[in-house]
Amino acid sequence: MTTTSPKTDQGNSLQRFLRLDRMPHIFCSGCGVGPVISSYIRGFLKAGIDPDSIAFVSGIGCSGRAAGYVKLDSFHTTHGRAIPFATGLKLANPKLNVVVFSGDGDLATIGGNHLIHAARRNIDILCICINNFNYGMTGGQMGCTTPWNALTTTSPYGNFETPTNLPYLMAASGATYISRWTTLHLRELEGSIAEALGKRGFSFIEVVAPCPTVYGRLNKRPRGLDEMLYYQQKSIVRHGADPKEVGISLDSPIIVGKFLDVQCPTYLESRQKILDKAREKGRL
Amino acid sequence: MAEKGTLCGEYFMNGDTACAEGAISAGCRFFAGYPITPATEIAERMADRLPQVDGTYIQMEDEMASMNAILGASWAGVKAMTSTSGPGFSLMMENLGLGVMLETPCVVVNIQRAGPSTGLPTMVAQADMMQARWGAHGSYEIIAVTPSSIQEMFDLTIRAFNLSEKYRVPVLVMADEAIGHMSEKLVIPEIKPGDIVNRKKPKVSKDEYWPYVDYDNDLVPPMAVAGEGYHFHTTGLTHDERGYPIMTAEAQDKLIRRLVGKIRLNHKDIITLKEFRTEDADIIVCAYGITARISRLAIDQARENGIKAGLVQLQTVWPFAEERIRELARHAKAFIVPEINMGQIVLEVERCAGGVKTVSVPHPGGTVQQPQMILDAIREAAR
Repeated sequence: MTTTSPKTDQGNSLQRFLRLDRMPHIFCSGCGVGPVISSYIRGFLKAGIDPDSIAFVSGIGCSGRAAGYVKLDSFHTTHGRAIPFATGLKLANPKLNVVVFSGDGDLATIGGNHLIHAARRNIDILCICINNFNYGMTGGQMGCTTPWNALTTTSPYGNFETPTNLPYLMAASGATYISRWTTLHLRELEGSIAEALGKRGFSFIEVVAPCPTVYGRLNKRPRGLDEMLYYQQKSIVRHGADPKEVGISLDSPIIVGKFLDVQCPTYLESRQKILDKAREKGRL
Repeated sequence: MAEKGTLCGEYFMNGDTACAEGAISAGCRFFAGYPITPATEIAERMADRLPQVDGTYIQMEDEMASMNAILGASWAGVKAMTSTSGPGFSLMMENLGLGVMLETPCVVVNIQRAGPSTGLPTMVAQADMMQARWGAHGSYEIIAVTPSSIQEMFDLTIRAFNLSEKYRVPVLVMADEAIGHMSEKLVIPEIKPGDIVNRKKPKVSKDEYWPYVDYDNDLVPPMAVAGEGYHFHTTGLTHDERGYPIMTAEAQDKLIRRLVGKIRLNHKDIITLKEFRTEDADIIVCAYGITARISRLAIDQARENGIKAGLVQLQTVWPFAEERIRELARHAKAFIVPEINMGQIVLEVERCAGGVKTVSVPHPGGTVQQPQMILDAIREAAR
């Protein structure tokens, strides 16, 4: 156990849900993952979720390490596959509150197909996607969210691929709750998490987060504070924005807010309906 | 009385269907899969049957998803299975390794078809036997069973579930297309509680519990599942007894030796095989799956010609039955290993044969060996 600061000695409600015996954590100074973990804990407390009912599932990468720091039933799975693992948990025990907490490269690039199909099936889970625009764990390579012309170690002359607009992808795939915040908007994020947890269906929350060590350093924002200032200058809250219009580029504003909140039958509700009909007809 | 929705009695069905029924009798209540010839009938049967027993069938978007979904279901406390064939089996490998690392009970069925690549989708092979053993990266041990009849498809699927629950490891049912698609009589017995093995639950309090402590000194930690309040962590990273990632050679040494040891040290409990006319045999045919049945005819014919031939039919191919092969090698003149691949399990037999002549009867797949091919090899060896 490392030395605790006077502040943590006083204790707070979050500590109960953190593995303090694993501190210090691996996250870099200025990294956005830690604050998002805190927001998630505050969010589920606000939503009144029983911590015993939570299954916290991560994939691989910096954000994927979140599972190792929460004192909840937590699963650190393989690269890109947190969502199908979570799907198995949820369908085998529908009483579980399943959250997938991982990064953009994990969820959207290598795991994109699972993201699409979990949204399409409307599996009743919350997916928190930390988007830091690059693969931080491996030292700052480009991924499907890297903005056009951004510098990464594998786009040394500038990224020439078109990035994925995650809220637009999720809206097209069938997610029933979609929001985006930055790590400057932790209160809004917490509220959004609580709201998503309060409804049924596949919820997707994108959190634009700093990676000062690699992405920030290569793109002229080498300190966490630089990123915060950037978010302050660039972000615009626009609830109900058309997801098609919220793509992120180097120079454009970062549109944040709640983009979609609709109610559709979940996978399990839809299955129940079909099976009930089959029973009525004597086919089951 | 059979449990609600499980079958009991005499049936005529194909191997894929018998596998699905074996799973249901074993208590499997979750199936995730992706259609692939020649394993699709398993998924179809599960889609039909699981809703009848309050189970869950889900058709996933690919085999990587299927493999992960059954791991997740198992961690929610439900017995889970997936089925596939060559290309899908290849896609499952990384997450089979995750299953080994997290020590997740589950069953993976491979109805083998001829490859590599798309190969002959509707036609038989037994060419994934080494992939079953070594396909995921890293050092590990796995259990794989090989049914030779529709009855064994049923029986060994139950056994696969029981072994996976007992040893907390994914168990592979390595059948072949011939057994998967062949139809014959199946007797489904009344399943008694003693026939079914369930994973060990934690006995210590929730505050004291760690997921990978060898509480019972049998190398198999008791398993809590999600939602019970244990607040455990599990990871595919090398971890300590708390389930916490530890990036050292020492942690790797301790973990891998236990994961490997729990299978190797229990090989006597895990391995089953059948023998046919081996009492006085000096030519031993070692085969599995459909090839074991073809070998019987060749052995009968060899006996008619005065050759003392016998069969060792492997029902468990991994861990390999090296002890029995070593015993037989003391009196054998030769081992003959017919298999529908270009020589895989023959390498294991040769390793254990202690210099006794070991003959491969390979076949690239698409059809089965003619009994004559095996008989010729027996005759040649007996000369």
